[in-house]
Amino acid sequence: MIDNVIKFEENTIFKLRYLYRKHGYLPYQMSKFEEYELYARNKDFLVSDRVITFNDTNGKLMALKPDVTLSIIKNGEDVRGVKQKVFYDENVYRVSESTQHFKEILQTGLECIGDIDVYDIYETITLAAESLSNISDRFRLSVSNLDLVYSVVSNACPDTEFIRKVTACLAQKNAHDLKNLCGAYGVREEDYRKISRFVSLNGTRSEILSEIREIAAGETVGLMEELSALLDASAFSDQITFDFSVTGDLNYYNGFVFNGFIDGICCGVLAGGQYNNMMRKMNRSSGAVGFALYLDRLEDLKHETVPYDVDCLLLYGEDVRAADVAKKVKELTGAGKSVSAQKDIPPKLRYRELVDLRKGGVQK
Amino acid sequence: MLNVALPKGRLGEKVYEMFEKAGFECPSIKETNRKLIFENEEKQVRYFLVKPSDVSIYVERGAADIGVVGKDILLEYSPNVYELLDLNIGKCRMAVAGKQDFYDDGTKVLKVATKFVNIASSYYEKRGRDIDIIKLNGSIELAPILGLSDVIVDIVETGTTLKENNLEVKETILPISARLIANKASFQFKEEKIKQIFDSIKEQIKTDD
Repeated sequence: MIDNVIKFEENTIFKLRYLYRKHGYLPYQMSKFEEYELYARNKDFLVSDRVITFNDTNGKLMALKPDVTLSIIKNGEDVRGVKQKVFYDENVYRVSESTQHFKEILQTGLECIGDIDVYDIYETITLAAESLSNISDRFRLSVSNLDLVYSVVSNACPDTEFIRKVTACLAQKNAHDLKNLCGAYGVREEDYRKISRFVSLNGTRSEILSEIREIAAGETVGLMEELSALLDASAFSDQITFDFSVTGDLNYYNGFVFNGFIDGICCGVLAGGQYNNMMRKMNRSSGAVGFALYLDRLEDLKHETVPYDVDCLLLYGEDVRAADVAKKVKELTGAGKSVSAQKDIPPKLRYRELVDLRKGGVQK
Repeated sequence: MLNVALPKGRLGEKVYEMFEKAGFECPSIKETNRKLIFENEEKQVRYFLVKPSDVSIYVERGAADIGVVGKDILLEYSPNVYELLDLNIGKCRMAVAGKQDFYDDGTKVLKVATKFVNIASSYYEKRGRDIDIIKLNGSIELAPILGLSDVIVDIVETGTTLKENNLEVKETILPISARLIANKASFQFKEEKIKQIFDSIKEQIKTDD
């Protein structure tokens, strides 16, 4: 019973802190509040644009943090050659999709900001995979490359509305609407075939790469090959796949983006990727890659339910001396049991055994 | 075990036949009783019969791995799911309808009665038309007849109900048909089985064409 005192989410945080520290990521502490203007300027970057605001004593409009990444970028250094590697576990405040009320959400994650290279991307992706493996053996990390998708789609038709709609179709693996869309925009058959491959591609990373070589070439494909080769040697190679249904807002994200799933949880639990475009928007010259793990979603995992609240319910009455109660509690807790000392049986308390110290009381 | 949410009613029966042809039969579903869950242990498949508008909720929340739902529901509620296939059945259209003598001259706010608030709002927003939405849950056709609204936005199959109530289609918003959807997380872990169903149903659609 006492072993269950640490919640699964808390235990996961401890493990992940150790993992991130091991790879040189430093803990990032921040205030719960941030000036609202930061979020107002970057609403589309947020999961939800609704934010809890209040006026500080100096009249400034402040917000309870709905996001961590924006604060890290804002407060981080932007010096050439400097690479900042940080991790966090923080509560953020967002509107719940189901209740439409604000909710406190525990989120952990890491950010690598600076001169990002393929090693940093590899490190972030493998740390994302290892984070998931700390939660369950049955996980998948789906990786896409927005630069590749954007180059093929914009080559077919540069219209921004077309690109937005194609991205939506890819996110849904929706080949039928994609076909109609390409028809409506007068996309050439040859280009449509290339775009539709992004929906139908499946298999191992190397199988997908060989198909990608048929529709695109250049630096991005080279980067995907290099990353895949690095991942081949990682412990989680089989669980990391290429999947072009992973998308992101091109105003903020670029290059590699990824989503993590755990069997038994109905939606993605981890999201991340490169966000150089967001850095440019915030007048930063360096690049960035990172991810967030939504710990509140781990509640969906089916854990062994504990049939009792306490091992022992210790009942005592006016006739029992406090010293005797204390002695009995010490004896029971010393034996590794959890004890609730009460004068009456609480109506909803589930207990494994009853120890009754009252006159004529029985033990059962 | 693959969990499949099917819409109750005629569409659900048609869809089940497609799954049966795909090799995922579950004979107990054809029995006349009040059961809501049907399972074939051997084929590792379990069917649920749910209200058509609830299918996407079951799939998005992971209670079902895949399901079949109308495009109208997908557009109205935008669930975060994969939309794998247009089944080409359950065909109808989302349309604006009104009294035969009604003409929208654009001089006043248009009163629109509908079950599909998001579809109607987005349709008129794109046209820059100022509207007043009246959310109803059924018998939408009554609204223009009783003067509650100028027009309705609703699903039109044959148009018989409209005609019998002296209403007519003014504009077609979009065609609707049934879609095969999948939960995004389930797809990662049950991809092989889902692909097997997808391939077979895709083949059946081609044959029907």
